[in-house]
Amino acid sequence: MTAAVPPFARPADVPADGNGGFAPGEAAARATEAILADTLHGAYKGVVVDSPPGAGKSTLVVRAARELAAAGHPLMVIAQTNAQVDDLVDRLASADPELPVGRLHSSEPKPYDPALDRHPSVRKSAKPADLAGLDIVVSTAAKWAWVKPEEPWRHAIVDEAYQMRSDALLAVAGLFERALFVGDPGQLDPFSQVGAEQWAGFSHDPSASAVDTLLSHNPELPQHRLPVSWRLPASAAPLVSDAFYPYTPFRSGTGHGDRRLAFTARPDGSPVDRVLDEAAGSGWGLLELPAARTPRTDPEAVSAVAQVVRRMLDREGVAHSERAEEPVALSAGRIAVGTAHRDQAAAVRAALAYMDVEGVTVDTANRLQGREFDVTVVLHPLSGRPDATEFHLETGRLCVLTSRHRHACVVVCRAGVPELLDDHPATEPVRLGATLKAPDGWEAHQAVLAHLAAHAVPSR
Amino acid sequence: MSLISALARMEAAASGRAEPVATVRHRHLAERPLVLVPLTTAGETGAPLGAMVGTDRGAPQVFTVAQPRDRDLRFAFLGRLAEALLPHLESCQDEVETIERKETDPESGKRVTVEAELCADAPQLLVPTAPGVDFVRLLGRSMRFRRTAEEDPGTPYPAPPRVPLLGRWLTHYAERSRVPGSSLLLPLTGLLTRHWATGQSHLEDQHLGTLLAWIAPPDGESGAEAARRAELERDGTGQLVRPPAGPATDPAFDNRLLAPAVARYDAGVPGAAEELRELIASQLRPTWEAMWQGVDLLRALPEGAHVPDRWRRDRQSYTHHRDRLRAGEPPQPRRDDAVTAARKLAMREQRQAELEAQEALDDPLVMAVRRLAGEAFTAAVTDVEMAYSEGKRPTPRPLVTLRTEDTPLLAEGDKVHRQLPEGAQQRAELVAEPEPGVLVLRLLSGMGRGKEPAQGTVPEPGDLLCWTLFEHSPRGGPGLPEPEETPWTHGGPPGEQTAEDPDPLTPEDVL
Amino acid sequence: MTPTLGGTEGQKATLPHQAERTPQQRLAELRGGPDVPQRPLDARALAALAANPGCRRRALLDGAGVDKGAVAQALGSPAPFGQSQFAFVRGNAFEARVKADGGAALLALLCAHTGEDCPDTSEVALPDLTADGPAGRAARTRLALDEAYGGWALLDHPILTLEVAGTTAYLEPDALALHPDGGVTVIEIKSFPILDGSADPAKVGAAARQAAVYALALAGPGATAAWAVREQALLVCPKDFSNHPAASLLPLRKQVATTKRQLARLTRVDEIAAELPPGASFSPGQDPGTLTAAVESVPAAYAPECLATCELAFHCRDRARDGGAVEALGRSVRGELGGLATVDQVLAAASPEGPGTDEPAAAALRRAAALRTEALGASRARAEALRASGTCDAEPGGAACR
Repeated sequence: MTAAVPPFARPADVPADGNGGFAPGEAAARATEAILADTLHGAYKGVVVDSPPGAGKSTLVVRAARELAAAGHPLMVIAQTNAQVDDLVDRLASADPELPVGRLHSSEPKPYDPALDRHPSVRKSAKPADLAGLDIVVSTAAKWAWVKPEEPWRHAIVDEAYQMRSDALLAVAGLFERALFVGDPGQLDPFSQVGAEQWAGFSHDPSASAVDTLLSHNPELPQHRLPVSWRLPASAAPLVSDAFYPYTPFRSGTGHGDRRLAFTARPDGSPVDRVLDEAAGSGWGLLELPAARTPRTDPEAVSAVAQVVRRMLDREGVAHSERAEEPVALSAGRIAVGTAHRDQAAAVRAALAYMDVEGVTVDTANRLQGREFDVTVVLHPLSGRPDATEFHLETGRLCVLTSRHRHACVVVCRAGVPELLDDHPATEPVRLGATLKAPDGWEAHQAVLAHLAAHAVPSR
Repeated sequence: MSLISALARMEAAASGRAEPVATVRHRHLAERPLVLVPLTTAGETGAPLGAMVGTDRGAPQVFTVAQPRDRDLRFAFLGRLAEALLPHLESCQDEVETIERKETDPESGKRVTVEAELCADAPQLLVPTAPGVDFVRLLGRSMRFRRTAEEDPGTPYPAPPRVPLLGRWLTHYAERSRVPGSSLLLPLTGLLTRHWATGQSHLEDQHLGTLLAWIAPPDGESGAEAARRAELERDGTGQLVRPPAGPATDPAFDNRLLAPAVARYDAGVPGAAEELRELIASQLRPTWEAMWQGVDLLRALPEGAHVPDRWRRDRQSYTHHRDRLRAGEPPQPRRDDAVTAARKLAMREQRQAELEAQEALDDPLVMAVRRLAGEAFTAAVTDVEMAYSEGKRPTPRPLVTLRTEDTPLLAEGDKVHRQLPEGAQQRAELVAEPEPGVLVLRLLSGMGRGKEPAQGTVPEPGDLLCWTLFEHSPRGGPGLPEPEETPWTHGGPPGEQTAEDPDPLTPEDVL
Repeated sequence: MTPTLGGTEGQKATLPHQAERTPQQRLAELRGGPDVPQRPLDARALAALAANPGCRRRALLDGAGVDKGAVAQALGSPAPFGQSQFAFVRGNAFEARVKADGGAALLALLCAHTGEDCPDTSEVALPDLTADGPAGRAARTRLALDEAYGGWALLDHPILTLEVAGTTAYLEPDALALHPDGGVTVIEIKSFPILDGSADPAKVGAAARQAAVYALALAGPGATAAWAVREQALLVCPKDFSNHPAASLLPLRKQVATTKRQLARLTRVDEIAAELPPGASFSPGQDPGTLTAAVESVPAAYAPECLATCELAFHCRDRARDGGAVEALGRSVRGELGGLATVDQVLAAASPEGPGTDEPAAAALRRAAALRTEALGASRARAEALRASGTCDAEPGGAACR
């Protein structure tokens, strides 16, 4: 359409290509310094940091925690899952083997990753009293919620704050006086198993994200963002930024020539090899299966996903990147398959096992959050569906699936999804005062598909 | 939608008759439910047009409003409604049993056991549809902040004596209806669709007449035909033969019958009030009959085993509300504060998980849905190998090998649960899956405290067991702070809870 | 006239038999000739298209301005739609009340939400928009929008135009507020209440989609660059149980994006019409059989949601049910059925004796059917066991259990 006036002005966009004149390291360092200054010396009770995929969120958390501890401010760290807690503790202890770190855990069997046992400075206990006096104590929000607030901590760091529900923050916020909230606004929103509509639009809607509630009540808090994704390659950052972070754009920390993926074995001319070469060359590949309505575990699509992985291994991929002098072999551990549903993941695992592929991570978007791989293969959430549902359209799901990779992402999908999106009824209810997810999933899907169309290889 | 439910709908569409999607009744059904069929005035918020009320199918009470925009007539209606509903809503307050419950002692901070009352029963309120539940909520909201002349002699438009009290009861019932599995206030359409799948869509199932037509078509007629008539059949004057179950009325009724009758009433035509009353009653009566037909259908189903447990929670909810009224607490606030909202959400999530587990345990057809979804499986025991835990006091940890045709979504180390014949629960973990369809579980609990497992707690080869991947009585989360301790992230303490002001009433409120 | 929202340039060449006709003539033909009045496409109708954008039948009939209500009546499946005069009277009275005293109350609500200083009524221009016919009123509106630049103005029932499917749709928002900075706020006045700060989400959603159509019209070709449509509309409703107004800002960004795309697709009406048999029309006056054939020659995408929004839905439902379409049982039913489109196909695939099929959904269906049969059998067995034992033994003859 050639409208004389665009309906609404958009915030200034980041140029879509190249890194001309942009020094990612400096930009990221400036942002980090400003965040640390506010956290250590600021006058506010809270500091919020938006971190796009692979922007160094964990590095920031580790650094902020160490600097707070070094400045004589013991602190509590709240993460959302046990895996996240174990990962943070491991990073903290690896960064500073002398640092006294407590890992507060549940009283279930095998409550933490045994890998933590290699750090002598890490004390593990299910009782907060055992960890008293340590510089840093890390646990999940669920475990912290059982801790009685006696003397509140002066400082806290809340990790993955956008995936934390408002009511979970309510349960632990009495434990600290001030906090640094870090998270990725583009990933999957927290959800509730029961209807929470009656509180939609409330500033303290218990089913909203913790950051939404925090900012509704404290709009004056400083909000920072990390401007550089060190994970996403130059081929992916502009698309992911435009499609999922239109109002908080970011850029890739690497340029177009900095990363390279190549296969040792020559292509056999098959569509699978062609899509692999397309993805190796451009960062994206779409293997398009003939249009059909299928059940979730579409055998043809599942098999196509498995074949892409199989061929990727057979052709012995080699990844060149700024992280290593020498090229690195694309081994199974560096590859992941992402799906929308658990039964799809199970079907892909079975297909891979049948093809004797081992060691490739296969999981749903929910479980891939926060993970990083060299190459990802994605079974498109709308592939073969008769209709798009709220679940399948969710912005965060597609964002997670398309932002896990350092080199390339291959999407496997039935044809016809653009038409499916166009035919999707737009009859969403609107709740007064409720914060809207920006961008909308429907728009984000359109943007991603439009981009993928240029990298499509028909499967037949 | 589960494939099993979808299949039931297809079978119903093909056979012309609703198909069961439950084999037991999953909700409490009172011996004498209080049935309320309300109607509202189009375009006016909370302006009732009429209601049919009662516990006796043969003797409903009918209340109507001749001019819905007249505030005095509206108040008079609500006053009569209060006199009809309150005796029933208050009828279970005094017959109580004594129970023990744990409470935190405010002085010592320790958990202590205290005695408390629990009402032996609670009144159940049934309305036709989900919008009917919303209307009960709206009526409750419109009444509970009103002031009577006794409470506030200066109020310019005093409400009839018991109207605010009814508002508080209806508010409580409507709020309780949001709790999964609760049965104090239920819409009949919701009750019926929980137990039957029709050959029409879920949206069309919200029409009580068509729903009943599918479940119990008249002799010689298919459900599809009967439903079509129930939905669309009009008499010679263009009026629906089966008026909608409300609370909204049919526009053709409003425009051709109601509006002229109201105009005659406004003009003071003799007999107009009686004419209106009969007109409105004519719209209520078919739904009244349908309500009792639905109750009969549901009563024919055997009650699910866990239904009394859940009804006990409803009785607790009823008792709590009684206690709050007796303690002279102010009406429920317009908006929940942060802590109240979070507590409600946490409680409802726990009830939802519990409801899903209990319905599956009570009903093989519900369990079938979970089995298809990979969340449960039935399996035959092929081998049992006795084993013990390591440590100072070895306890039994038998290994049970099972063969199943189901496809549970399980990985090694995942926990599974089953109900023992006496009702206790047993937990196990997946140790290995040596070949597809063969699972080795290690039993972890439910075998008593002894060195050897208690009788009947370890299965034997040949036994057929049903395991679930979900817990049967999910635990609640940790406590939340008291409202006066609301942290700064959530706006700080909401301040002293005081009675909220009534909605301002001005002469211009009536158009 | 060239459709402007969709860009039909480069689409397929016009077919010979309609070479001499303009799209307007062709659409008039579809309605049943130049004498059959065109049903105006208003914002409500445009917004309602969003309920089922995949339906070609609806797109064509709405785009051509066919009176679908009359068509449904002629087909023998009238839509039971209608508005109660109680609601109508009440809605009008509320709007009049809100707009009394020169819109002072409206602007006060608007400024309270935007944080602007509320102007004195004497500073607010209230241009007279009366004129003969919609085109005249649209011209007056355009003039008023240009003239008022630089100060506050309130436009009561202006007329905006939007080119849709090659015809001009005249749209009438309840009001537009012009801000001193050149911004324009769409104002929607509705008669459903805002109760304790919340309102019926379905109705608010419909209001937002309607407001988005106005925002698009304000931003479309012919708009002056100076009109900067604000991305939030003002929704004005009765407060609680009173007649006093309450308001809320409605973000429109998303609704504008979807509506824009859907209106762009509407221009394919020409394309759909080209597939119709020559001379086919939707004139309600013609022989019912011919009319039915014409309607059926355009594919529909029926779903039960249509029943609430489309006059033809009852006709389409009958057809869908007769054909055993699974969609007639609800959109969500299709989820796991793969390529199986009818009830018969599904039941055949689910049956253990059914023919073998390579449909991937069949395996799960068979499993579902087997589990269902097993569970129903178990329950029957349990009921019989109960009947045979337990309570019945205690009572002589077991009569109580029958």
